[in-house]
This record gives sequence, C-alpha cells and structure tokens, in this order.
Amino acid sequence: MTKVTLTVNGRTMSGECEDRTLLVHFIREKLGLTGTHVGCDTTQCGACVIHMDGRSVKSCSILAVQASGSTITTIEGLASQGELHPVQAAFKEHHGLQCGFCTPGMVMTAVDMINRHGGSLTEEKVRTELDGNICRCTGYHNIVKAILAADAEMASGRQAAE
Amino acid sequence: MYATSYHRASSVEEAVQLRSAHEEGKYLSGGMTLISTMKQRLAAPSDLVDLRHIPALRGISIEGRRVKIGAATPHADVAASQELRALCPAICDLASHIGDPHVRQMGTIGGSIANNDPAADYPAGLLGLGATIVTDRRSISADDFFVGLFETALEEGEMVTAVLFDAPEKAGYAKFNNPASRFAMTGVFVAKTASGVRVAVTGAGSDGVFRHPGLEQALTSSWSADALANVSVDPSSLLSDLHANAEYRANLVKVMAKRAVAAAG
Amino acid sequence: MGVEGIGARVTRKEDKRFLTGKGRYTDDMTVPGMKYAYFIRSPHAHAKIVNIDVSAAKSMPGVIDVLDGKELQADGIGNLICGWMIHSKDGSPMKMGAWRPLAIDTVRYVGDAVAIVVADTSGEARDAAEAVVIDYDVLPAVADVTAAMRAGAPQLHPEAPGNLIFDWQIGDPDAADRAIASAAHVTEIDIVNNRLSPNPMEPRATLGIYDSAEDHYTCYTTSQNPHVARLVMSAFYNVAPENKLRVIAPDVGGGFGSKIYIYPEEIVCLWASKKTNVPVKWTSDRTEAFLTDAHGRDHISKVRMAFDADHRITALKVDTIANLGAYMSLFSSAVPTYLYATLLSGQYAIPTIHANVRTVYTNTVPVDAYRGAGRPEATYLLERTIETAARELGLSPAELRRKNFIRSFPYQTPVIMNYDAGNYEASLDAAMQAADWNGFSARRANSEARGKKRGIGMSCYIEACGIAPSAAVGSLGAGVGLWESAEVRVNAVGTIEVLTGSHSHGQGHETTFAQLVAGRLGVPIESINIVHGDTDKVQMGMGTYGSRSGAVGMSAIVKALDKVEAKAKKIAAHLMEASEEDIVIENGELKVAGTDKAVPWFQVALASYTAHNLPSGMEPGLKETAFYDPSNFTFPAGCYIAEVEVDPETGETDIIQFVAADDFGNIINPLIVEGQVHGGLAQGIGQALLEAVHYDENGQLLTASFMDYAMPRADDLPSFKLSHQNTPCPSNPLGIKGCGEAGAIGSPPALINAITDAIGNNRLTMPATSMKVWQAIHAAH
Repeated sequence: MTKVTLTVNGRTMSGECEDRTLLVHFIREKLGLTGTHVGCDTTQCGACVIHMDGRSVKSCSILAVQASGSTITTIEGLASQGELHPVQAAFKEHHGLQCGFCTPGMVMTAVDMINRHGGSLTEEKVRTELDGNICRCTGYHNIVKAILAADAEMASGRQAAE
Repeated sequence: MYATSYHRASSVEEAVQLRSAHEEGKYLSGGMTLISTMKQRLAAPSDLVDLRHIPALRGISIEGRRVKIGAATPHADVAASQELRALCPAICDLASHIGDPHVRQMGTIGGSIANNDPAADYPAGLLGLGATIVTDRRSISADDFFVGLFETALEEGEMVTAVLFDAPEKAGYAKFNNPASRFAMTGVFVAKTASGVRVAVTGAGSDGVFRHPGLEQALTSSWSADALANVSVDPSSLLSDLHANAEYRANLVKVMAKRAVAAAG
Repeated sequence: MGVEGIGARVTRKEDKRFLTGKGRYTDDMTVPGMKYAYFIRSPHAHAKIVNIDVSAAKSMPGVIDVLDGKELQADGIGNLICGWMIHSKDGSPMKMGAWRPLAIDTVRYVGDAVAIVVADTSGEARDAAEAVVIDYDVLPAVADVTAAMRAGAPQLHPEAPGNLIFDWQIGDPDAADRAIASAAHVTEIDIVNNRLSPNPMEPRATLGIYDSAEDHYTCYTTSQNPHVARLVMSAFYNVAPENKLRVIAPDVGGGFGSKIYIYPEEIVCLWASKKTNVPVKWTSDRTEAFLTDAHGRDHISKVRMAFDADHRITALKVDTIANLGAYMSLFSSAVPTYLYATLLSGQYAIPTIHANVRTVYTNTVPVDAYRGAGRPEATYLLERTIETAARELGLSPAELRRKNFIRSFPYQTPVIMNYDAGNYEASLDAAMQAADWNGFSARRANSEARGKKRGIGMSCYIEACGIAPSAAVGSLGAGVGLWESAEVRVNAVGTIEVLTGSHSHGQGHETTFAQLVAGRLGVPIESINIVHGDTDKVQMGMGTYGSRSGAVGMSAIVKALDKVEAKAKKIAAHLMEASEEDIVIENGELKVAGTDKAVPWFQVALASYTAHNLPSGMEPGLKETAFYDPSNFTFPAGCYIAEVEVDPETGETDIIQFVAADDFGNIINPLIVEGQVHGGLAQGIGQALLEAVHYDENGQLLTASFMDYAMPRADDLPSFKLSHQNTPCPSNPLGIKGCGEAGAIGSPPALINAITDAIGNNRLTMPATSMKVWQAIHAAH
C-alpha cells in the first residue's frame, strides 16, 4: 500500500491504496467523492473527467500514485457557497442533462474548454472539443447550447470585470 | 489491472536505473495507452517508472529551423505552441487531432512513438518529417525507428528522450477517423523537406506506419493534389477490419494524401 | 396552467444534485462490510461445462468465497423467464429454453455467467477469478439467424428443434396474396434492421444485502422498474418472498430498455450475500455491458407492398426473422410480435396486412426491447418500402404518402391497433416547410458544384405508446397488467409527496409530475416531492418504458388528485360552513366561489390530521391512492426529414439538417419533451450511420468496447429543428401521447432515404458507414 496525498477541491486529503488503484477509484472510494463516474474501460466516454493541476484529464486512465502531489478539482468542488458555477447553471437552464451520469464529466470538460477557448467558442468548435465525452441521453443538442451560453455569460462577466 | 509497483523518477539517469533494476518493468509517460492496456489485463508490467516528473524531458525548443520536442511533452503543448506553429503548423495540427482534449493533456509524444500503435498519428508525422528519435543512449532515424505493429528499434530498457527534426518547407496532415475509436482509420502526412518529398501513412498498413514511394514520386515531380490523380495505391499490404477493408483504405490513402497536400499549401 | 403548471418550460428540480456530483447511483452505494463480486463468464459461445475447480481461487488473498451454479440450484433459485407467452400459428406455445442465472451444464453465449467470486476488493475478486479452472467441451456455435435456421445448424436448446422459438402470424395471408396478385404495382424489398447495444452511460450494477437477523434482503439495482424486479425475483426466481425483499432503484443513469429486465447478476448477488453473510456489490464494466446487456433489433425481412393503378396501397405482406439470442429475455417475445407487427399499417390506410414472424435462438446475448422496441423495426421497414415505391412509380415521396394517409379517426387497422387521434398531414406539411423542401433542388445544385452529393429523405412514423391496457395485453399473452399506481400525500403542514410506480432514469419525472400537482393544487413546485424507485416506499408499480410514464403514470396521479381534492373540498366546506359544491381550488387555497372566504391548503391538511373538527364520520388524514389502467394505447406520430451531403471521395455523410415534426398530444414540459426527442434522434441517427453489433461466425463478439462500437458523438450530429403539431389524445385524462421513443423510431429511415437519394443507389444497409456508402456509390456507377 502506498500513501497518496492530493489537494482536492482546496483541501489536502490522503489515503492508502495499492499502486494499481486508478485515480477515479481513489477519489470515489477512498475520498468518498462519488460525483466522478466510470462509464467505459477504454478512455473514451469522459464520465471520469476531472481537473488535475488545472487541466482536464480522464481519471480512469491515471493511477492514483501518478497523481500524488497534484491539485485536483472534481465536480463537487465547482460550485461555491451553494452558488452553481456558470457552466452548471447553464446546463440547468438549457436542459443539458437527463440521466446525469455523463454530466460531471461534461461539466468539467466544458469548464476546461472555456478556460482554453473562452469567448471564441462556436457550435462547431464545441462539438469538436466534446470528442472525448459520450452522452447517450441528450443528443448533445442542449449540451452544446449550454456550453455556448456559459461561454457568452462568462465572457461578459470578464468584460464587466475589466 | 494486475498488481504493479510505481516509481517516480526525477531525472533521466534515475529513470534508466530504476528501469534496469526491474526486468519486467515499463516506462510510464502519459499512460494514455499503457494504463488502458493494463486495465484490460493485456499488459502486466511488474514495475512502472514514471517519466512525467523529469523536467528535462518536457518542452519544445527551437534553434533556427531545428526543432526539439522533449519526450514527455503532452500533445496539447505541441498543438498550442505558437513558436512551433510558425515553423511547422502541420505537426501542431496533427497533435491537435490526437485522441481528445483530455487525452492530449496527458498523452506525450515519447509515449506515443514508443508504443507505435499502427493507428497512431505521431508515427506518420515523424516518419514524414524524417525526424530523429533521441534516446538515453543513441539517435535513431524515424526510417529505422518504426519497425512494425507496436514494434520499434528501442532496445530493452532504452528510453526516448526527445525527437528532433528540421522544419520542412511545406507539410500537411490529413486524417480519416475510425468512427468508433477515433484513431486514424487512415492518416497521411506529406512533407517537402530539404532531402526530398516524404509521404508517411498511418492507420492503413498491415505492418504499421509506412512511406509510400509512388505518392512521393508523384509529389516530387509536381507538388500538387492533382499530381496524385494517377497514382495507384496497392491494397494488398493494407489492413482490413470491421470498419474499413483494404480497398477502402487504399482509396483513403490517396484521398487523404491529396487533402494533406492541399492543407500544406 | 401557470408558470409552473402543465405546459410550462420549468427547469428541472433534479438537476442540482446531478450538476454538483450529488446524484446517488447504485455504484455510489457503500454499506459496512461490503465486498465485491466478479462474475466468471464463458469465453465460448457454446460449450459443455465439464468441470469447475475453485480450490486454488478460494485460497487467494482477500477471497471470501467462490460460488457456482450447482450451489445456486441446490438452494432452489429458479430459472430466468420470458414473461409474454406467444403461440405459433399452429397453436403450439413458444419454446422457452432453460436459462440458469449461473450456467450448470451448458453455456450458450460469450458472457454467459458461470460462477461468482466474492472478495475484499474488486481487484482481488478478478485476480481470483483467473485462478478458477473451468474445463469446457467446446461445441459448434451459430451467431447468425439465417445460419441458425439451416438444417444441421448447432442446436441451442432441446426444447426448440431447429432453433425455432415460434412461428407466428398476424393478418390474413390469403387476402394479402390475392391483393398482391391483382396489383397494378408491387414493390419488393429486403430489409435488415441492425443489431444494437443500448449503452446507457451508467453500466449496470447491483448491491445485494442479506440481513440474517430479519431474514430480509435489500437489492440496490440499476432498474427501470424495481417493483417488477421484486415481483419476478419473488414469484419466479425464488430469491425471497415479496415481504422479505426490498428493491431500490436509486438514480439510474439511463436505461433505454436495457434496464427493464431482471438479469442473473441481481439474483446471484442477493443469493451470494446470504451465502457469504456479507453485502455483495457488482458493477459491470463496459465490455461486460456489451457482452451481457440485452441487445436490440436484429431483424431480417422480406417485404411486398401492393398498389392499385391510383397508387393506393392495397396490401402489405411481410416475412420477418428475428434473432432473440441464446435465451428468451423478459419481454423478448413481445417485441417482434405485438410491438412490431401491430404497427405495420403506419400512417397509411392499408386494407390488408399479413406478417409472419419467426424467432430464432443463436449463440449471442439475448435480444429484447431497446428504445422503440419493435416500432422502429416496423417504421424502418414501411418507410423504406414506401420510399422505394415512390421512386419506382416516379412519384414524389410526399405525394405517395399523402395519398395513402389515414384521415379519419378512430381508425381500425387490420393489425389490432385502433388509432384514436392524429393529423398526419399537419406534421408532413410542417416538416417540409421547416426543411424548405421546395428549395432542395437549388441546394443540391450548389453541392454538386462543390463535388458533393446531396440528398433529402423523409419518414412518417407512428408508434403505440402508453403501454398498456391490462386486459388487452393479457389477452395477447402478457404475464402482467400494465396499469400504474400513484399515491398523493398532503402532509399536515401542507407540503406534498407523490409516490409513483413510474421510474425516472433521465426523463425528469421529479419535475413534470410535480408540475401536474402544482397546477392542480395551486401550490409551489418546491413544496412537492416525487418519490419513486423503492418498493418499501411505493406500494406497487410497473415502471418506465414504452413512453408510458406520462400517459399512464401521470393519469394515475390525476386519479389520486381527484380523490384528494374531493376530500379536501369536504373539509374546507365544513371549516367554512359552506356547501361542498361551492368550493374551488385556486392559488393554493380552497375558496368558496364568489366570496372572499378561503382556507389555504396547509390549514385543510392540518385539520385533516388534527381531526378535531372534521365532517361527521370522516376518516382523518389526507392521503389517497389510485391505480390507473389505460383504455387504449396512445399513438404519437410525426414526420422527420433528413438532408445530407455525401463526400463521394470518402463516402462520408454530413447531416446538413434534421427536422422533426411530432404530434405528442398535450405536452407537460416542452423543455423536457424536446430533450427526449433530441436523445431519441441521436440514437436513431446512431443506428442509421454508426452503430452495429458484430459477432464472428464462432459467436465471438467483435464490438465489445467503444473502440469498435461507434457511439454517436457531438461532432457526428447537427443541432435539430423541432416542432409540434399536437392533437390531444382522447384516451387519457391529460391528453398525453408520450415522447420518449419517437426520435429513435422515426429517424433511421429518413436518414437512409436521404443517403440513397444522394447517391442514386437504393441498396444500402444500416449502419450506412462511410465505407458502405463509398462502395454503394461505386456500385451505382
């Protein structure tokens, strides 16, 4: 067993695990943060997307020991003081989720996408950037709409701040 | 996944030493293929030597037209490098189409070429550019490096540290995705380099990435998509699978070559 | 009506928990002492089990126990069953082969469960599974229906000679033959409906908990119908009597049919929990999902459609072979019969229809209902056939359809269904207008100028939803009634709980059901809780599938609300010393009509529970239960149009636009209805362009992960153009028809009609992959 220490959603957390333990299982089972999901075995569906050191990654394809020492944000860490993050709010407003299973990965992906391309997203770009996330319920229509709306909202927020 | 032991190296020397201490060990870079393979119990390394925390392996440096990409540089960094894009946009475009955004933020160039998946993008890029693969012990030309399916010239315990290439005069990459895996069903990289035209094909060959002399000759005589119209691509050495048979892949090789030339300008 | 009532675009109440990672799915459940199960599955499509040696595995680290089918049988656990009896046309009952939860003598598909390891961690369970030595005597296997029907084919079950499960028919074969013989034109076509894997994003999972002190079982499971699961596990599988078995389906991450059925894993984990005296959790991985979740579709059909000289359809004759896999899954027999052939009239007045359906065993995972279930097969067949006929007759596809539309209702088809309402022309017109059908030729010319091939195609679908009138389905062989139940509880301080037997796994019932109650009682939506998915909380229910939760589930709530309102009015009248007939419900109050006298709901509720001052003889409390059994199916219908551009160099299809014009009857929440259509369209487009399950000739599954099974991604799809042309359904109190499956039913033929139009070759099977389209282009020239 190896001790893994992570800063998760702003708090330092440690746990013991086998070296073969995947980061997603460490987060779900050792840290009790079950918002991050597993939907495939082949690094494709994106239900497990989290942010590691500020970048979106698939936590099903990273060992917990590999991540030790890093800073992690999961879906549980996105809302602050009960206020939904603008991406979460946009998903609700535009019905960008149905069964909710792919949703945490979709939201974390959208936040990363806006971090990288903020203000310049188009429908085509959003669809391309969703290459690593599979949803079976929504046909992506309202996910795309929600991400574009969140991007616009956040861009206007940035402008107002300047 | 079978049980394994993890080691984190902070220098190339330490990594090589850790690896040599474990006969059944493997280097672990971004892990985007290796961890997946281990999850399916198709690989069972006793030990993993993590290369992601070796600063010397990461980053892009450019001197004149000479480009060096550290082996542990993630695809996303290659895709986003403005300096590299100014010299060789084709390799940035290629990197921006590997896997998906999350895979690109973990996966590395060294990991990709050391694995040499027959449908991976970088092998076509490096073979097309006539790149040199630098390891902890020697330099290997791309022509010698990519040997066959998942097979390279790397010796036991040998580690890729960087890739080197001279920016070509022109280059382009066009890829037709497998609809399920999103790997290249066929990807073609074309380059007009100082030492001549090179055309490298991934995703299609039954023996992995390969150069296509017929396409190279045609582009040597005239660098244009139209010049490829009468080149024939022989399907007999191409892959057939659920998604594409050899005849269809032969067609895609030609069509992607044309589009790569168009992209190269 | 009102801002939160019926018809309002209310954002979903359930979203906050899903968006913040607080959803609670089965795999999220952890209980003290819980251990992990790994199922050992057959690697062979067909084999005799000679010996199972678990001795080495039992001593592996962390292993609690390794259990096999003989032990399960010794404990009296029963076989899995199919709950819908179909009789062949010779009167003989369907041939149901034995399906053991853990195979004992014979395995019949790759993935058939053989034994279970219970261990401290999932990794240890899997490690130990590799140490179990199973000796198989491999038998010849058959995966393809045509091959399975040939003389000398490997035989799966002794009960079913020739692998034939039943040979069933509907309609008059002789009348159809006569009409075809005297027709002015007959269109003949072979239709293949590809085999699909449902792939909800949440893989199946179950947690079995045996409490030895109470001799009681709890089963957390990924189910669309927990009550049906409890019923079947009690009545047929002998797991535990109903009063000793609690089934909880918490948040469920999509179902699409695949989570209707009771699979071996729930049964085995409950039994193993008692055997090992620890809670046992199993979570499927994606490859296991491909191997063991019931697949969908997989039909081949020969079709003949006859026309008179005036281009009116005079007869339809269909011969279908359906692959049901290695065993008969729970509703498998109903799908290619009563959910399929009864819809073969489509939107058209066809005087004579005959369908013959043979169902066949193969060494593949069982096939059962998948989103649409039978109705997509009927629609694809009909809409490809009529499109082909239009091309043969030189008519526009709209003209031929329009000529044959049913225009007066109710309409009795020759295949059982009685359509109650509809306006097919309205949807056709709306779709053609939204798609700018008349401007297509200019757009096609523009594409041709760019070296691309452009095509347009339509599909006019009908489905039977609101499943289903109990007596009717009982007479057709169903083993259960298909009513729904509801309970409305007005709490003492006026908050409201609605208990329903429907189950939401993405459909948004917590919002739409609350909208109904909010609108009726005039109370805020936040004060209403929808409770579902737990057999200890909700008395009984039949679950969610077949677009039944609105039409049937909400109708049950309406009935319960009627009773609650009636009692509340009595109490209010008593409190205000008014006449019961004068009480009206408005804005959360019970008022005496035409006066300013009013009491709020909470006061009526409190009065009902304090019982200090109730009408003489009235029982305390304000809680009512109702069961609603529908009087008919409902018949959603619509017209879909796809416009595509094909790249002739690669065969790649780009969907330029996709238009859906639907008639769903009355709509509770347009936001949610649109979402249902979007999702259905994506699955239908997936079937048409991308998705296919492939087995090799030895029964090995070639598409066992997302690496080989192409799931639709965001960049495969366009944004969709939707509209509604609603005719209220006369068969239920809310006028609802249902919307959950339409998208998946109507879209595949529209796409294939468009692509074949683009490439000028009508011979194209689903999925129309880029390779197949490229080949079809070359075959055409």
